[in-house]
Amino acid sequence: MNQIEEIRMQVMWNRLISVVEEQAMTLLRTAFSTSVREAGDLSAGVYNAKGEMLAQAVTGTPGHVNTMAEALQHFINEIPREEMYPGDTYVTNDPWKGTGHLHDITMVSPSFNGDELIGFFACTAHVVDVGGRGFGADGKSVYEEGIQIPVMKFAERGEVNKHLLKILRANVREANQVIGDFYSLAACNDVGHKRLIEMLNEVGLPNLDKLGQFILSRTHKAMMERIADLPKGSWSNDMMTDGYDEQIRLAAKVAIAKDSVTVDLTGTDPMSRWGINVPLIYTKAYACYALKCVVAPDIPNNAASLAVFHVTSPTNILNAARPAPVSVRHVLGHMVPDLILGALAKALPGQVLAEGAAALWNVHISVRPETGKDGRRAEVLMFNSGGMGARPTLDGLSATAFPSGVHTMPIEATEHTGPIVVWRKELRPDSGGDGQYRGGLGQVIEIAPAAGHEFEFSAMFDRVTAAPRGRDGGGEGALGSVTLDDGTVMKPKGWQFVPAGRRLVLKAPGGGGFGDPAKRSEAARDEDRVRGYVTTTGK
Amino acid sequence: MKTGDDIRLGADIGGTFTDIVLDVRGTLFSTKVLTTYMAPEQAILDGIAIVIEQAGISANQIDMIIHGTTLATNALIERRGARTALITTEGFRDVIEMRTENRFDQYDMNIVLPQPLIPREDRFTVAGRMSAQGEELLALDEAALEALAKQIAAQDFGAIAIGFIHSYMNDAHEKRAREIMEKHLDLPVSISAEVSPQMREYERFNTVCANAYVRPQMADYLGRLQTRLKDMGTKCPVYMIHSGGGLVSVETAAEFPVRLVESGPAGGAIFAADIAKSFGLDRVVSYDMGGTTAKICLIEGYQPQTARSFEVARSSGFAKGSGMPISIPVIEMIEIGAGGGSIASVDAMSRIQAGPESAGSEPGPACYAKGGTRPAITDADLLLGKLDPDNFAGGKIRLDAGAAATAMELHVGAKLGLDAQAAAFGVCDVVDENMANAARVHAVENGKNISDNTMIAFGGAAPLHAARLCEKLGVARCLIPQSAGVGSAIGFLRAPFGYEAVASQIQKLAGFDAAGLNALLSDLRATAEGFVRAGTDGEILCDITAFMRYAGQGWEIPVPLPVRDFTAADEAMIEDAFKARYAAFFGRAVEGPEIEFVTFSVKAYDQRPDGERHTLNESGEAIAPTAFRPVFDLAEGQERDTAIVARTALRPGNRVAGPAVIVEDETSTVVTSPFDVVVQSDGSLLLVRKGLSQ
Repeated sequence: MNQIEEIRMQVMWNRLISVVEEQAMTLLRTAFSTSVREAGDLSAGVYNAKGEMLAQAVTGTPGHVNTMAEALQHFINEIPREEMYPGDTYVTNDPWKGTGHLHDITMVSPSFNGDELIGFFACTAHVVDVGGRGFGADGKSVYEEGIQIPVMKFAERGEVNKHLLKILRANVREANQVIGDFYSLAACNDVGHKRLIEMLNEVGLPNLDKLGQFILSRTHKAMMERIADLPKGSWSNDMMTDGYDEQIRLAAKVAIAKDSVTVDLTGTDPMSRWGINVPLIYTKAYACYALKCVVAPDIPNNAASLAVFHVTSPTNILNAARPAPVSVRHVLGHMVPDLILGALAKALPGQVLAEGAAALWNVHISVRPETGKDGRRAEVLMFNSGGMGARPTLDGLSATAFPSGVHTMPIEATEHTGPIVVWRKELRPDSGGDGQYRGGLGQVIEIAPAAGHEFEFSAMFDRVTAAPRGRDGGGEGALGSVTLDDGTVMKPKGWQFVPAGRRLVLKAPGGGGFGDPAKRSEAARDEDRVRGYVTTTGK
Repeated sequence: MKTGDDIRLGADIGGTFTDIVLDVRGTLFSTKVLTTYMAPEQAILDGIAIVIEQAGISANQIDMIIHGTTLATNALIERRGARTALITTEGFRDVIEMRTENRFDQYDMNIVLPQPLIPREDRFTVAGRMSAQGEELLALDEAALEALAKQIAAQDFGAIAIGFIHSYMNDAHEKRAREIMEKHLDLPVSISAEVSPQMREYERFNTVCANAYVRPQMADYLGRLQTRLKDMGTKCPVYMIHSGGGLVSVETAAEFPVRLVESGPAGGAIFAADIAKSFGLDRVVSYDMGGTTAKICLIEGYQPQTARSFEVARSSGFAKGSGMPISIPVIEMIEIGAGGGSIASVDAMSRIQAGPESAGSEPGPACYAKGGTRPAITDADLLLGKLDPDNFAGGKIRLDAGAAATAMELHVGAKLGLDAQAAAFGVCDVVDENMANAARVHAVENGKNISDNTMIAFGGAAPLHAARLCEKLGVARCLIPQSAGVGSAIGFLRAPFGYEAVASQIQKLAGFDAAGLNALLSDLRATAEGFVRAGTDGEILCDITAFMRYAGQGWEIPVPLPVRDFTAADEAMIEDAFKARYAAFFGRAVEGPEIEFVTFSVKAYDQRPDGERHTLNESGEAIAPTAFRPVFDLAEGQERDTAIVARTALRPGNRVAGPAVIVEDETSTVVTSPFDVVVQSDGSLLLVRKGLSQ
């Protein structure tokens, strides 16, 4: 490649990333789903004609980003090339072929330049409802969790599949919002396609072959250099988590070879009867995320960077088989990075952060007037985060989502969506694990139904019985707890009731500490006391 | 009094220089003096002395002084404000510390979040609570406030901020809390319902904290400035430019100093808007590139685009989310870490990166030969022949092309197998592409198509890159005005008296409460007009904008509404207006979901008299350049013999075919091969795409 050609390719790579940013931005601005619009729970990417991911929007959460990379192959396998036309959009929410549960809708659109199929755009978002039992862990099988949409056409040659919309409308709550989101997803792929064609016309390329090859070969080379720098061998780790009604053990062995890293999940507990099972595609997404954070945080996510990571597992709770219930697969999915990072910490001592709250403390609230009273019914979803584990040279971040990439929503916006009052949402003192570097603090949230109302809530919490562990001598983060304000203890998973006049009290866990507490500086301890991160009473 | 009849002075305090521009009945005098950090007013006084001597007038002849400053911004970035107490709702002590609970970088495990403006020990909570509908759920604990006032009095606080949940719906608790504080304490008290009555507690609380934090310092400074100006003999009023691009009185500025944040860049946008108006250009993108950043702003109908919030003090390479949000009306600009001093490097994928790290003015780019060893954008510009090493800054700085080549080869070329010039091309093309991408995405976010715009480029580095940027954006015309180096200060002189009042009031469009809406709008209008009336006797114009969305969405789009009272019958009109705007943004309107109002804005401003009018001359008379040297043509990817023409030698109507470089003291305008340049009747340069009009 001559010098000028080299530079043109580099510049086009940047441009391609900008194309997918525009794609993601369109989705962010038009989505109805709270998790997308307020919390950034979405993903968007561009693929070559073989279905290899070339670029993805930095906006996005790992559970979507990395699953989508693999999901595309299922679309290519199931929709024959001769049935693909310009203006098509394909859809699925199959948990095993998409992103792990029915609430996520994945849409793929072929991109044609004239008659030539040059690639695909794909995007994923969590919609507010898919029917069934609603978002929660209580389903006995995926059939109870909502409507299943197999890989199929949402639109053919620009013509939307009216039958699909009719069936959807009959099966979901909040049909307007859900169907609105289907349109948003399709529209964002259209934007990506339009920008790509503009770019190709501008630079005078017929397709993505040359640029794709440049991107993938460059990335592959960089990944190989990174893996060459890693120690070779295998390291194991295991971890207890809450489960639904009994604790569940997760286990992993990470093997670093000269050109790949393989995670094997043998030893992990069997599937659960409850909707906390995780399809392998989602497990893989978070396993790859953890590996990438340590091995190659600065290398862009694409088919070549993901190709060096392999995840294998017998059937178990992290490789659930159809028709297992999987609705809240994110809870254990979010624990996978801590599991993998624990193994990597043995390979790379002193370089890997401690365990943290990991799973988001999301709560879905279904609020209604008390019997015989006037009022409003509403579905309210809140995202909350506990503390992140301490880093090798820094305290953990307090009340910050990790590994998930989502945001919380303003309380003022949440209270407009339904008749609830959030009386407290603030840092939880004394919850960060002690250490040379302290774990991040969790948070305390108190939620009550508005006067004359009561609510059911879907609990999707973890680290209530198994605390985040510290690293290299650091202490444990505080356990989470789920209670009412009168002291009634609630379960960490499943739908439960909060009567009028009571408050639900959530205490999200803190992160584990890093290093020997005796080495924590006096200045840091003083600051902890002055700021009230650590209190003398230690409550 | 109309523009052109009076003597106005504009003063822009920037990070390095303080720019002073004097407009004596249409004739401009300007100077740049070094900013004096300890006493910023000193630089203004020094600059005034210089320009009034140039103009041969005395200080008491100045009719109006218009001032903009980065002091408030700098106080936030450098954390040099007053120790401030935040009083907030019980249960919400940590809103400004918990932020959005998110990481601004997904993969970097070692990110450091910015510290909250007010540390936890200085944040106090009291019981009392409003509902989302603005009804009192829990009475304010006044006894606790009395006790708190005593506690605050016992420590060395300099300011108080009050932010309660849902105060934008009902401000009674915040106002009562302020009364109690003012009864016991002699400290300035800022309340969130006045500073920024918008929904979303993190943004609102942070905004009121920022206001309180910079208030003592700004009040002191503005007081000193006025005294010293009077001592100097001026007899005129002083007005401040605010972030929304209008003028406010010094008294308003001292009470709401957070409104001064980003006022300097706002001046640049007004400068561009004024040029747009003089040429009758309806759709414009302004492009301002200096030493450390590039700023891009969309200007439609001669009005810079505004937003209701922005982020300041980004800590990490301008990454979104690494700064703090400020919710005030602001001229909306995207800022990227790409300026003449931005450092070029190569990443793990052998990709060239440019910025956001900057060499600043010390040591500066390698070619300044002041100790800089890493290549900067200016080095790349030099190596491509865009700058003449012997004639930089009017010959005041001799650029060292050898040092630039060494740095470029070592840090970029060697890693990619490129020679210094090819590496420099790579660096320039990457930085131009980054700016183009940012501009494109910004336009898309606003439902606009960037290639429909005329570009107006100013700032030291912009003319070097503007043509290439236009190529990438498909923009056919770019104006490079004269006096581009002091553009912001000139913009101040052109700013209207203007104020935008904003308030959230969430309700469904279907069956909306017309009387309530009319009352809210008339309050907002009275507020906005009050500020404007303080500065002008002329006619005051108004714009009303509703920020609306489909119920369930989280992003509101601006919908302009007519300035009049509304009735229930207006529902269909407003629905149509919303759907039309929605379709313009996102392709098509959605059928089914309900539509709701979230926030309303009323902007009041005085009518500016029209300035000089010019007609865009796209043809001109070709002249034959006499001097040539080889310059790398970015469009063709190779060196070409290129015409070199002094800007001072050009006359209105002259046309020079690209490739060419138009050189002047401050900078050079690079005309790439797809463009020609035509000198306009006001002396500005128009880059025009070949074949467009011939």
